[in-house]
Amino acid sequence: MIETGKAEAKKTDALRIAGLDCFYGEVQVLYGLDLVLYKGEVLCLFGRNGAGKTTTLKAIMGLVPSSAGSIKLAGQELTGLPAHEVPKAGVAYVPQGRRLFAEMTVAENIEIGLMARGKGKAVRENVLDLFPLLRQRLKQRSGTLSGGEQQMLAMARALCLEPQVLLLDEPTEGLMPSMIAKIRETVSKLREMHVSTILVEQRVDAVLSVADRVSFIENGRNRETVDVEELRADPSAVRRYVGVG
Amino acid sequence: MNEASPARAYALHLGVIALLFALSFVLPEYYHGLLARIMVLAVFAMGYNMLFGYVGLLSLGHAMFFGAGLYGAGLAIIQLGWGVPLAFLGGVACGALLALVIGLLALRTTGVAFMIVTMMFAQVFYLLILYFAAWTGGDQGQVVPQPARVLNFGATSLDLTNPTVRYMTALVLFSLVLLVMLAIVRSRYGRVLVAIRENEERTKMLGYDTFSNKLMAVVVSGTICAASGAAYALLFGYVGSSFASVQYSILPLLWVLLGGAATTLGPLIGTVFMYYVIDVTSGYTSAYLLIVGIALILLVLFFPKGILGSIRQRWLGWLP
Repeated sequence: MIETGKAEAKKTDALRIAGLDCFYGEVQVLYGLDLVLYKGEVLCLFGRNGAGKTTTLKAIMGLVPSSAGSIKLAGQELTGLPAHEVPKAGVAYVPQGRRLFAEMTVAENIEIGLMARGKGKAVRENVLDLFPLLRQRLKQRSGTLSGGEQQMLAMARALCLEPQVLLLDEPTEGLMPSMIAKIRETVSKLREMHVSTILVEQRVDAVLSVADRVSFIENGRNRETVDVEELRADPSAVRRYVGVG
Repeated sequence: MNEASPARAYALHLGVIALLFALSFVLPEYYHGLLARIMVLAVFAMGYNMLFGYVGLLSLGHAMFFGAGLYGAGLAIIQLGWGVPLAFLGGVACGALLALVIGLLALRTTGVAFMIVTMMFAQVFYLLILYFAAWTGGDQGQVVPQPARVLNFGATSLDLTNPTVRYMTALVLFSLVLLVMLAIVRSRYGRVLVAIRENEERTKMLGYDTFSNKLMAVVVSGTICAASGAAYALLFGYVGSSFASVQYSILPLLWVLLGGAATTLGPLIGTVFMYYVIDVTSGYTSAYLLIVGIALILLVLFFPKGILGSIRQRWLGWLP
């Protein structure tokens, strides 16, 4: 991996992945992946479909077993933990496609998130302050929400865990522009709240507007990590790894 | 699950219990026996509903839990000479222990595999009953002697073969289990179970140990079914292998589907419906199962979520 981001030494790790190998059955998907997420930053994983971005998130969550390497959350080893212990350690995951509890109301979805780590009303209020639209929908069945509202609820439910690290898998996929803007705004607010975020994103504009650094994932490896300012100045890396921009 | 006020939900359930109590004074004696049987089997259906309705696990082996309670209580009296309360507790304990063991093994599977594994375990249980015929009575079954089915309280005693006592005992068991189920459904644990049913992986990603929660659900479900089986042996005085056959694993599924999966009162409604359709139609024709089949098809067409499930979906969203 080539780390060209500036001032690496002064920053503290929120999450550090080193030499991670993952397989789907016999097929190797991640090849010695290295990745560092610093505290309070938004790191974007960028790459073509099938590059290994979602697998990286799943590996962090323990949903895909790793055969080699380590994943450390502020020094604590996550590999080998049962999947349900990873959120308790402080990582929350919002998967692609939202995956809400469709039969439950918005309030019940949030409550399930709060109950998971014994969080109370104060956390609920903080989360709803981030997503004011959900306040008006508390009694609505979540399966009947619009795509953007469902994404907000999925993020709200994950934030009920008060995570140190938030993993977002293509949160703007299939949303209308106004909703995309709201999601981006929320990600920026989370940075102000010192939540470290790994964002899997396919949209170049989204990457440039919210990310602090970008890691280019290709064939299960982190090819290069660059500061977003550098990328704005020289977008050739986007063209090189994704073929657009 | 819904946001209904607890008072409204509890009022409805207490109302149903009061109605069943009142019916004992109104209905002719023939219906006392029938309704007592329905209430005991509705408990069986409620136990099944706990796993199928709320966790989404389709088991085809619940007859073994009913059978464990039935034989646990019945044989404790017949072979060991235990009294009614101890025999009942013994039957319930047999079911709980069996459910724990089966849960630990079967929950390593999901979906169709879970269905097959539970069915296989139930078949093993059924064949064991036949194999140990010297103890169990095999396919002939055994009668629990009438003098042993008496609850003694010092100077007074309650004869469980008396139709009124039997009805009231069945009502007490039914009421207890109904209120426990309502409490579970409304509890945090109940909500986690529904979350598992909706999306197990997502529930795990929120930090819930889904295996432990499902195992607990299997044990509670098996214990309730065993309580039903134990009560059946004590109230109706017969333990037979047919109660552990695959048919008795399918029946609670039908009752729950008819009444409404994941509704607290659905199992009772489904059991009543099936019993009365069979009771009424068998009076007119020997091909009553054909009529039952047509009734089931119509129900599935017009009430795909079961009677109470459809009512909840269309009109009364607050129903638990």
